[in-house]
Amino acid sequence: MVDVADSNKAPASPVTETTERRPLPRWMITFASVACVLILWEIFGRQINPVFGSYPSAIAVAFWDLAVTGKLWSALYESLRPFLLGYALAILIGVPLGLLIGGFRVAEAALGIYVTAGYAMPLVALVPLLILWLGLGFAVKVAVVFLMALFPICINTWLGVIAVPKTLIEVGKSFVAPDIVILRRIVLPATLPYIMAGIRLAVGRAVVAMVIAEFFTTISGLGAVIINSANNFDTATMFVPIIILMVMAIGLNWLIGFVERKVAPWQAEIAGRDRE
Amino acid sequence: MGEVTFLDVSKRFSLRVDGEVHHVQALDRVSFTVKDGEIVALIGPSGCGKTTALRVAMGLDPSNGGRVTVDGREVTGCGHDRGMVFQHAELLPWLSALQNVMFGLEMKGIRGAPLRKTAEKYLHLVGLKDSQNRRPHQLSGGMKQRVGIARALAIDPKVLLMDEPFGALDAQTRESLQAELLDIHARTRKTILFVTHDLDEAVLIADRIIVMKHGRVHEIIDVPLKRPRPDLGIVRGTPEFSETRYKVWRAIHDGAVVH
Ligand SMILES: Nc1ncnc2c1ncn2[C@@H]1O[C@H](COP(=O)(O)OP(=O)(O)OP(=O)(O)O)[C@@H](O)[C@H]1O
Ligand SMILES: [Mg+2]
Repeated sequence: MVDVADSNKAPASPVTETTERRPLPRWMITFASVACVLILWEIFGRQINPVFGSYPSAIAVAFWDLAVTGKLWSALYESLRPFLLGYALAILIGVPLGLLIGGFRVAEAALGIYVTAGYAMPLVALVPLLILWLGLGFAVKVAVVFLMALFPICINTWLGVIAVPKTLIEVGKSFVAPDIVILRRIVLPATLPYIMAGIRLAVGRAVVAMVIAEFFTTISGLGAVIINSANNFDTATMFVPIIILMVMAIGLNWLIGFVERKVAPWQAEIAGRDRE
Repeated sequence: MGEVTFLDVSKRFSLRVDGEVHHVQALDRVSFTVKDGEIVALIGPSGCGKTTALRVAMGLDPSNGGRVTVDGREVTGCGHDRGMVFQHAELLPWLSALQNVMFGLEMKGIRGAPLRKTAEKYLHLVGLKDSQNRRPHQLSGGMKQRVGIARALAIDPKVLLMDEPFGALDAQTRESLQAELLDIHARTRKTILFVTHDLDEAVLIADRIIVMKHGRVHEIIDVPLKRPRPDLGIVRGTPEFSETRYKVWRAIHDGAVVH
């Protein structure tokens, strides 16, 4: 509608102005895709026994019930606290650690193998051990989230440092920059896209870690909502926290993308994605 | 002040190709002197060691024998007495043109008001006053190259080392930058050692031309053109220009033509 109105109001230089066909905005495509999935899910979900599956409208009703009793919000708050703390700690430690390992030969040789091994660590199996050390409460949940999120962030940062063009480092060297300045003013900004990618990858792992922690330590938060409703064969309610977690991950990803465009605008500009 | 001397400088690279170790003698007992305030061009076929010579002089690569001195002091690493202009400008992509120039100055320990003022002065000198807030990818190739030159000039080095500074540019941009470089040289009297593939450029700009081959100095040719050379178009028309150009051409091609 807007397009039509605009073109009607624009008689200026119709010869030079070619009517450029604007591509469909991204959010519209995403919206259409989500709508299709929800409709299909609704149609096919209704044909399944409600114990074995559910469908959007039933989940929405369950969401409403959980929301008005306030159970959902307290559970969400309970989950978010260890999640955010563990995730933040993972960034705070993972990035410098990755810079260190990537930047210094000795650190790479001494610490690299632990990080590589740690990424593949079967964390679920280690939860009982963590409980022995840290108890059943808040601390152990933070630790589980931290351990799951740390390694992708650290490894990505490390790989990013390795990929920094030698020529850029030589620019620093030729102006007699000390190693630490080269690390901070050249390696770090050059590595930012990798770091941000690691931080994004870690969102998914941190969410999974949070639920694992809530299943295997004190049952609490959104994890508790999942377990309790599953035990009551209330599949619709079980889907509510699952969907909330996925939506949260999408939101967090969007937020990280936003931050990335703020702290590293040149990256999107170079790639030509800055106009979207 | 700013005399660069190469004394029997050798540089050997070992590289592994398909599991076999190869050795490349990039520099083989190279000796020459660039006098204070002089402009010397390094020319020669690809792979003859020109970039390596500059890198050794800058202190980015250590030599395997011999030594490079600047005003008698041996080069053991990078220093503020030398400024490098890289072949592809190598600007830091996250910094604006001005910040790129400021980066070099900050590394020299310059802070506060003079930092910005000096950087602006040198961007002005290379004709980029209006584009100082653009980031490298918003600049054309020639503009980037000029930022690279400003960045090296700003730290006020005694010696400017330039690796094919105008190599990737179109003819017109190249000519205006050549004139600009001569102008800057006339004003600052810096010692300049630069690499080029362009015969004309070597003759137009340099006082002496060093022809290199296979890592050795093949011939050193004097350019009998007086300074200043304000109009390069006129210089091109002089018999001295043509004669010197032919001499250099012969030096590059002899051996190759006969055998
Ligand atoms: N880092 C390196 N490792 C191994 N060999 C190298 C390295 N740098 C240069 N060489 C070799 O040393 C020789 C000289 O290289 P150099 O880059 O100095 O040549 P050049 O004269 O600058 O050539 P061009 O005109 O193509 O830039 C070449 O044979 C090259 O293969
Ligand atoms: Mg070269």
